[in-house]
Amino acid sequence: MAHAIFFYVFSTIAIVSAIMVTASKNTVHSVFFLILDFISVSCLFIMIGAEFLGMIMLIVYVGAVAVLFLFVVMMLNVAQQKNQWFLSSQSSRHIPIGLIIGTIIFFELIIVVGGWKYKPELFEKTNSTSSFEGISNTHSLGQVLYTDYIHIFQISGMVLLVAMIGAIVLTFRQRVGVKKQSYIKQISRERSEGVEVLEVQSNKGVKIDD
Amino acid sequence: MEYVPIIFGEVYKILFLLVPVLVSVAMIVWLDRRVWAFVQKRQGPNVVGPFGLLQSLADALKYIFKEIIIPSSSNKVIFILAPIVTMTLALVSWAVIPFSKTQVIADINVGILYLFAVSSLSVYGIIMGGWASNSKYPFLGAIRSAAQMVSYEVSIGIIIINVLLCVGSLNLSDIVLAQQNIWFVIPLFPMFVIFFISALAETNRPPFDLPEAEAELVAGYQTEYSGMMYAMFWLGEYANILLMCALGSILFLGGWLSPIELYPFNLIPGALWLAFKILFLFILFALVKAIVPRYRYDQLMRLGWKVFLPLSLIWVVLTASYLFYFNLLPTN
Repeated sequence: MAHAIFFYVFSTIAIVSAIMVTASKNTVHSVFFLILDFISVSCLFIMIGAEFLGMIMLIVYVGAVAVLFLFVVMMLNVAQQKNQWFLSSQSSRHIPIGLIIGTIIFFELIIVVGGWKYKPELFEKTNSTSSFEGISNTHSLGQVLYTDYIHIFQISGMVLLVAMIGAIVLTFRQRVGVKKQSYIKQISRERSEGVEVLEVQSNKGVKIDD
Repeated sequence: MEYVPIIFGEVYKILFLLVPVLVSVAMIVWLDRRVWAFVQKRQGPNVVGPFGLLQSLADALKYIFKEIIIPSSSNKVIFILAPIVTMTLALVSWAVIPFSKTQVIADINVGILYLFAVSSLSVYGIIMGGWASNSKYPFLGAIRSAAQMVSYEVSIGIIIINVLLCVGSLNLSDIVLAQQNIWFVIPLFPMFVIFFISALAETNRPPFDLPEAEAELVAGYQTEYSGMMYAMFWLGEYANILLMCALGSILFLGGWLSPIELYPFNLIPGALWLAFKILFLFILFALVKAIVPRYRYDQLMRLGWKVFLPLSLIWVVLTASYLFYFNLLPTN
């Protein structure tokens, strides 16, 4: 019974915060609700026994990705143009595209979940984790990830790398006139370069900085 | 109804852990100031109680009676939430620290990942505090701190992978038990040094205390906080430092294991050994604070990304190839 209570608490928090991500007026609040959503989803992962996935979700999404989201949202100062998605006439042209993508993802989900429900033998064949009874979640994941699915794993890594390089190429610009501090130059300065001892004659002075 | 005794038992266990942790946080603040003072040939806090031991208690009383000021232009909910988040996250991670083979609250399979996840979450307390204050210095401090913590987490994660390669399990008790023959500080000594320096940066300790650099940013993300809320930030910070010391002693210094398995050393309980190791690492932390001047921000980023990350990656390759070549990879 305790299991059911925890499941309903976490799933309610997840759904409500997912709605609040789009509904809240302040963009920074949206990101905080997104983080709450991630956390409650990873709690749900842990509840079904996928503890490794849950923890990795916390580390990757909450610990790294959402921090970058927060960075961007805070720096852009979006608070001024407070979420006018459904109100202003200018930005409403994004809504059809969003709706199309949303419907596609929804039908994909229906197909996957429906197949799982009504054609269980399809999943029995590919699902090799079922043979690893009594082994911890992490071990069984590692055993299939680096053997059966090694190519898919490597390709997804390549896709991420390409995306990263693409983002760098798009935003990279060579700036001129930037003064760089060379770390090696700074610590390898000698006394002879910086200090000069001069004989100063009275009433004549010394000329420096020429 | 059958849950009631279980819940009370757990609460009792948690209190039995948290009260000593909080008391030792207070003591460690005192120790930090004393070590700092001794290095600089000063006395340090030595007035309240014997050797000034009750100084932290007096400070805590002072903080409780101060007024909590909430700036009118701040985002009030997040402003109040920030110190709570910091404090909670700092205390919640103690649940998986094993004090001996049996003395651990939650002996979960992915203990080390749990610790890593919670320590990567603790950046939110700082960002929330900095942003919600709606003021320039806190915001700059929060941005600095977020960038710094995200950068050094990467190298800490890779160092943890080094240790995990030698252990073959994510469970903290297994990590300690794998060091019965030799502590990992000896074969992985360069990783221990990098871990120590990254832990300094991860907990915003000097010489990496740029988020609260007094000369530039007043007090960084804590500038607008006062009274008990400031004290909670402070407690959370020191609890995090203690946690990093505990993590270091579990990963590299053999956790609760005694250095020599001989008669007089066997009598000392494991929890005390762990406490000694944490104390040793903390005194190193305090000495570094007293000795080393503060880094510049670009030097800090350079150290994290261009020195520590490649070094620890190379060491992962070395460890993995060594274990693979000599057929020492742990299997279970």
